[in-house]
Order: sequence, then structure tokens, then C-alpha cells
Amino acid sequence: MLSGFRTLLYKELLRFWKVSFQTVGAPVLTALLYLLIFSHVLESHVQVHGVPYGAFLIPGLVIMSALQNAFANSSSSLIQSKVTGSVVFVLLPPISYVEFFLAYVVAAMLRGVMVGLGVLLVTMWFAPLTFVAPHWILLFIVLGGGIMGTLGMIAGIWADKFDQLAGFQNFLILPLTMLSGVFYSIHSLPEFWQLVSRFNPVFYMIDGFRFGFFGVSDVAPESSVAVVTATLLLVSAATLALLRSGYKLRS
Amino acid sequence: MSVAVAISQVEKRFGSLRALAGVSLQIGEGEFFGLLGPNGAGKTTLISCLAGLVRPDAGQLTVMGHDVLGDYREARRRLGVVPQELVFDPFFSVRETLRIQSGYFGIRHNDDWIDEILANLDLTAKADTNMRRLSGGMKRRVLVAQALVHKPPVIVLDEPTAGVDVELRQGLWQFIRRLNHDGHTVILTTHYLEEAEALCARIAMLKAGKVVALDTTRNLLARFSGQTLNLRLAGAVQLPPALQARATENGGIWTFHLATLDELEPLLAALRVGGCVIEDLRLTQTDLEDVFLGVMQEGRVSERTPC
Repeated sequence: MLSGFRTLLYKELLRFWKVSFQTVGAPVLTALLYLLIFSHVLESHVQVHGVPYGAFLIPGLVIMSALQNAFANSSSSLIQSKVTGSVVFVLLPPISYVEFFLAYVVAAMLRGVMVGLGVLLVTMWFAPLTFVAPHWILLFIVLGGGIMGTLGMIAGIWADKFDQLAGFQNFLILPLTMLSGVFYSIHSLPEFWQLVSRFNPVFYMIDGFRFGFFGVSDVAPESSVAVVTATLLLVSAATLALLRSGYKLRS
Repeated sequence: MSVAVAISQVEKRFGSLRALAGVSLQIGEGEFFGLLGPNGAGKTTLISCLAGLVRPDAGQLTVMGHDVLGDYREARRRLGVVPQELVFDPFFSVRETLRIQSGYFGIRHNDDWIDEILANLDLTAKADTNMRRLSGGMKRRVLVAQALVHKPPVIVLDEPTAGVDVELRQGLWQFIRRLNHDGHTVILTTHYLEEAEALCARIAMLKAGKVVALDTTRNLLARFSGQTLNLRLAGAVQLPPALQARATENGGIWTFHLATLDELEPLLAALRVGGCVIEDLRLTQTDLEDVFLGVMQEGRVSERTPC
């Protein structure tokens, strides 16, 4: 029964692992550049939550990279196989839509975790980090990666062409992840923008994730986990409904 | 003979296009069945419905007794489809591709069978080559291999020899024939009518989403008789009315279908009596192309209850 899920998951992992230079190496390098530049400019001037800026920035970069890559994994895999037509290889076998969903989302999440781990490993030497509550760290990266992997599925199923997918990525996912407190605490924002940020689920992922390192956050992690879990359930239900209906995959 | 594939009253619309307008067919176990028709007749849509890639608006399809929607797991396990497009996953080698495809069907440790398919399709030397580096013909063979990893009792080939060189075509048909001989049901769509004539024991012809002919290849050929006579008459002399009823005219050329050559002499005699002078005459053996053109152009609809 689960063999379809297992194999599809294995295929998805093998797919990005074979090009890990681009799918893991590149985002790790990007995050390292962000850290070097921003902490060089701001380190001596800024403290957030009583934490030096470099240290504050690292968890944000870790989860932002993880989220963006989780989205990239499921969306690019789907659009690529749709455009080339090789999607038939996963549509012809006896794989249920639930197995299909789980395989893509878990693979996306694992790529996110792997990229996050890579970013952490190369950046942690540049600033003093603490790991106050590791379970929150793990929980938020897993839930956040799941949400982004799921959104990636929606985008990959919906888009017919690569530029449509790029639009989704550049005009939705990128602003959502950048404007969510990766580079700042939302308490430093004007009140209106603080309010706007509270409608961005990515804000809660990053805030809760960072709590796991420093034990301080803008919002209590219990509240954040509730928002993030609810978001995951919502986008999962939407994606499962899409898959069940056969939208754009089985006409 | 038990039924391998049953298609009943299947309809499918794409917007205003009626791709399938109530198709019913039954294909028996072990048959080598041909699905013919011009582009846009609905062949690929019908196969896609069977494979679960397209959901029909109405009607029912079963593979070895399993409904393709309600019991899709069992139905898909029994069906191997070679798609028309030359598709491949560029990330993997031939062997990886086949192992992954086996896993999708719940088969682990399938290497013995994979090796056998590779050997039969002359792919053994390419087993560890990345898909991207294979030629078109090689990719086509891998598609056939992918459709066979789970040893499906029913194999569907959607125009498998389009753009394939003669040598590979021969090799491919030899292999498919052997599979058919071993008991696999084979359904083939093709544009090459001589191919269908040589391979398929029974044929359905589709036109505008409808089955317009369904019979054994032999009966289809016989129905259009053994010989086709084309002739052009000199001058403005009309064909005698009795003969006109038997013939069709197209661009000044009259076509007669003769069951046997014995019919030729009386026909020529009747022409002489009618004062007709023959300017040009051609006599050919009816082949599937004549049948196909006849069915498509004249719409000689004749559906027989499937055996």
C-alpha cells in the first residue's frame, strides 16, 4: 500500500540530491553572503531582543532558506515533469492522491531541513548561538517546510509554464519570506506594518523558530505553533482537494 | 474468450469538442487489437481514459474486470501503457528509471525481470546510461520497458513506431508479438496501416469520437472484396445505370469493388455493350488502406456486436 509513497519519496529525494550543488550548495552560499554583508554593516550598531545582530540573523536565514527551498523543490519537480510530459510515469501507476501529496511534501520538507542544516553549519561560526529549546527549532522547521512544500505543489500543479511559476515565487513566496522578520524584529516596525506582519504565517514560523535558539520572541511560541499548524492544515486540505479533483493533472 | 478490456458508452468532451461520443468496445484476453483513425479521432483520449489520465464524462471502462476509476489500483496494476510522446525523466539512468517504475507498482527487487526486458529490447549496454544521453530510438525502447516492469496482462502502445527506424521497428514488433504469444493482450494505435494489417487480428476504426468499424482484420478486408478496379472512360459516354449503382465516382475515376476476379469479365462486357471506351484501368488488391479510406470517406458505418 505504501510502496507508491516510498518510491515516489525516494525518487524526489534522489532527484534533488543528484543536483545537490544547485539545490543545497547554492542556497547555503546565498545565506552565507547575506550573513557576511548584513552582520558586517550592522553588527556593532544593532542588538535585537538583547542578542547581537549576527546571532539574531542566523536563525532567520536558516529557516528562510529552508522555506524557500521547500517551495522550490515540490514546485520545480512538478512543473518540470508536467512540461516534459514525464509526469505520466507517476500518474499511470496505482498511487493514491494522498500518497502523491505526502511524497512531494515530505521530500520538499527534507530538502528544506537539509538546506537549513547546511546554512546553520556554515554560519554558526560567525556569531555566538545558543540552542535554548531545540524541540521548537525542529517543530517550526518541519511545519514550515511542510507548508511551503504544499504551496509549492499548488503552484506546480497550477502553473503551465515556467514563467508562471517564477511569478508565483517572486511575487508571493519571496515577499512573504523576506518581510517576515528574518532581518528584523517586527517590534521595530511602525504599528501598521506590525499588524500586516501578523497576517503573514511565515512571520510565526520564523519567530517560533528563533525562540528555539534564544528563548525570546515577538509572540509566544505556543501561539505561533497554533497559527502554523492551522495554516498547514488549511493548505493541505486545499491541495488534497485539488489532487482529488484531478485539476490539471487528470483532465 | 474472457474479456480483458471492456469499454462501454464512454463519452468525453473538451470544451465544445466532443472527443469521444459514446464508444463501446470489448477486447478479449490474448487479442492483438488495433485502434485506427485519423488525427483527432479520439484514439489517444480513449487510451487516456483507460489509463486513468483522463476522466470520462460518462460510461465505464474496465481492465481485467476492474473499473479504472472505482478500482483504479487493481486496474492500473494490470495495464502497461507506452505513451505516444517521447518522454523521459532526465535525472536518472535507464536502470534507475526502471527500478523506480517498479517501486511505483509495489515491486521491489525486480532486477531479474528488468535485466530480461533490457536484454530483449537490446538495452543491456545502456543500463547505466543517463536517459538524457540516449538516442530517440533508445528512449522509445525504455518507454516500452517502463510499461512492462510490472508484467501487465494488458499492454497498450500508442503509436509506438512513429519516427522510429525500420530496424528498431522490426525488433520492437518481434518482441511485442512474443509477448502477445505468451498471453498478453496487446492494444495498438498506429498510423501505419500495413503495420496494423500485419499484426492486429481485430480492428476498431474511430472517426470523430465514434467507432465506425469494428471487425476482424480479415472481415474488414473481405468486406471491401478482394480487388479494387479503377477506370476512366473516354469521351462523354455515361456509365450504364446498372453499373453506376455499383460504383463510386471521384474526379472522373470510377471505382468498383470486386469479390473475385470472376466478376471482371462480365463487367467489361457490360461496359462494351453500353458503348463505353476505357481510357485507363487499374486493378489492385484491396488492402487496409482502402478499407480505412472507404470507411472514413464514405462513412460506411457497420458496427458488429463484439465477439
